[in-house]
Amino acid sequence: MNQTRTRSISLLFQLGGLALAVLFVTIILLLVDAQPMEAFRLIWEGATGNPTRIASVFVVWVPLLLVTCGLLATFTAGLWNIGIEGQITVGAIFTTGVMRLFLDTSISPVLVIIISMLAGMLGGALWAALAGILKTFGGVNEIFGGLGLNFIATALNIGLIFGAWSRPGIASMSGTEPFPEHFWLPTFQNFRLSLWSIGFAVLGLIIIYFLLQGTHFGLRLKAVGKGMKSAFRMGIPTWQHMMLSFVICGLFAGLTGAIQVTGVYHRLIPSISSGYGFMGLMIAMLINYQAIWLAPIALFFAALNIGGIQLPIVIKLDSALTGVLQGSLVLFILIMQGIKQRFVGKK
Amino acid sequence: MSGDIILFGLAGVIASGAPIVIAVIGETLTERAGVINLSLNGVILLSAMIGFWVAVETDSLFFGFLAGMVVGALVSTIVAFSSITLKQSQVAVGFILAITCRDLAYFLGNPIMGSQGPIMLSTSIPLLKDIPILGRLLFQQSLMTYLSIIMIGIAWFWIFKTRPGLMLQGIGEKPAAAYVRGANVQKMRYFYTIVGGALVGLAGPLYTLSVKPGWKGTITGLDGIGWIVLAITIFGGWNPIRAAFGAYLFAFLQWLGLVLQPYMTSIPSQVLQVAPFPLMILALLFVNMGNTEWMERLIASLPDTVRLGASKILRSMQSRQPGSLGTPFERQ
Repeated sequence: MNQTRTRSISLLFQLGGLALAVLFVTIILLLVDAQPMEAFRLIWEGATGNPTRIASVFVVWVPLLLVTCGLLATFTAGLWNIGIEGQITVGAIFTTGVMRLFLDTSISPVLVIIISMLAGMLGGALWAALAGILKTFGGVNEIFGGLGLNFIATALNIGLIFGAWSRPGIASMSGTEPFPEHFWLPTFQNFRLSLWSIGFAVLGLIIIYFLLQGTHFGLRLKAVGKGMKSAFRMGIPTWQHMMLSFVICGLFAGLTGAIQVTGVYHRLIPSISSGYGFMGLMIAMLINYQAIWLAPIALFFAALNIGGIQLPIVIKLDSALTGVLQGSLVLFILIMQGIKQRFVGKK
Repeated sequence: MSGDIILFGLAGVIASGAPIVIAVIGETLTERAGVINLSLNGVILLSAMIGFWVAVETDSLFFGFLAGMVVGALVSTIVAFSSITLKQSQVAVGFILAITCRDLAYFLGNPIMGSQGPIMLSTSIPLLKDIPILGRLLFQQSLMTYLSIIMIGIAWFWIFKTRPGLMLQGIGEKPAAAYVRGANVQKMRYFYTIVGGALVGLAGPLYTLSVKPGWKGTITGLDGIGWIVLAITIFGGWNPIRAAFGAYLFAFLQWLGLVLQPYMTSIPSQVLQVAPFPLMILALLFVNMGNTEWMERLIASLPDTVRLGASKILRSMQSRQPGSLGTPFERQ
């Protein structure tokens, strides 16, 4: 009885946060003389209007889901892995690099794709481990180390696209020379969506859910996240667990980068991470670091991203609007949670 | 390259370092009070856009700068309210605002992209401007650049030489002790978060009205500055003078990248522009390494003669963050 009451109060506050976010965006739209209902309708249409758009939503859903899976590992260990963007980028770089090595060999393309994607995961894990090493051995807070590593990854990426891996004659922002079609992850006919990447995403979610909820390792990670000192006293090797959570997150980020290269763009582009890493951080906060709500919320964010594409085309509004909606949603839900804790009592 | 051109370039470094100096001082004040405001990247973009917009509409630079400060103060009020009053994670709120304000800037700024706006001109200081070298370097700048230089001294004096400054150090270092001595910790944290945010909000329009004139949406080239300011704040060890040094060093390295570009054609220009970032991490590493346990053990194991020198060098670089940085204060 009491439990259902607290749960419904919680829900009420969350809905309040949602309402405030929608209200905020409505006011913003009125400020620029746009019709809010028209904008919301366009976003919905843009995400669900036809099969191509729905497929595109899932193309975005996969990377969002995978990076957030990884971030759940670092968040559980109490770490703010802001370097996730760079980890995606380095994953994509490793994938591209290895695939380029095998371009003119007679090895079967399936094997090449598998090796390249594994290389991508390795790249992401290495970049994440670097942030972990900076933290544990250099005393550099993971937020600042991660931010710096993000910039370096971007520089490396652009350097390769315009330098060593530039398209013959025309180095440009459009990226490296596209890979031949037999090196692409197989997709549904006429869609960019690959059943393989959907499979990876679902598998990743299941793995991270059981790893964090059902294993001893997950439990120890949680102890490390709750407070380093007490975990240390309980005999849990703290820094090793933090490093491991970084590496796990990096594997997921690297896989994300690998999928963007092999399944979506079929080449390396300057903004290969597409900001999905930062968006993953927002999703993780919104689901309160629990894997259970990850799939639907990531789908919602992906739908907003794809739906927003219609805004500049049809009513000349900047598509950054959907980012404002996502951000204000996370912000208001967090604020409402704080208000609830302060005025209604804890939990 | 003749001396004149180098001097001209270095004067440019002082000018382009000005917004970073002001923002770093703002964040230093906030963090000294024990609050991390992570929203900087979004605040700088949003205040840059709105400051430019207001300056275009009112044809007044003053109102442009004022608008930027108001934006910074408002956003940091959200950070203060959710972290100090509601006790939510400062990092989480700051990060969300960093992203949301950036998108808000791009969305709201869409109609004014590429507009012509007022530009702040330089104001030479009579007599002083004629001093050889120094006059060209320091006294033929814009008013805001002068302000940024003066601000370094004021902030340093405030933090280390005044009573309220001592109190500020106290609420960041040991809030419980400061509270016992009669400091209103929560109120002061609000104050310094909002003042610091307002300074960060001043940096935005300083870009769009002076250093990089105009608003050009995503290609304005300001995305990322806020994150750098955060890194420089740590590099500066929460000391305004060292922080300013970090800001100028960053501006200098970026200028160097531009100057060296024609001589290093094999390196894409985009790479040289981000060259300061890895150096910044390296600097952070040196600043922090002395605080780690294994470093202390390593130094302790060195022979006496080397140990003194090594620990002295390390000590001179290292800095320790305010004791309660990022943690909420609760009265018992």
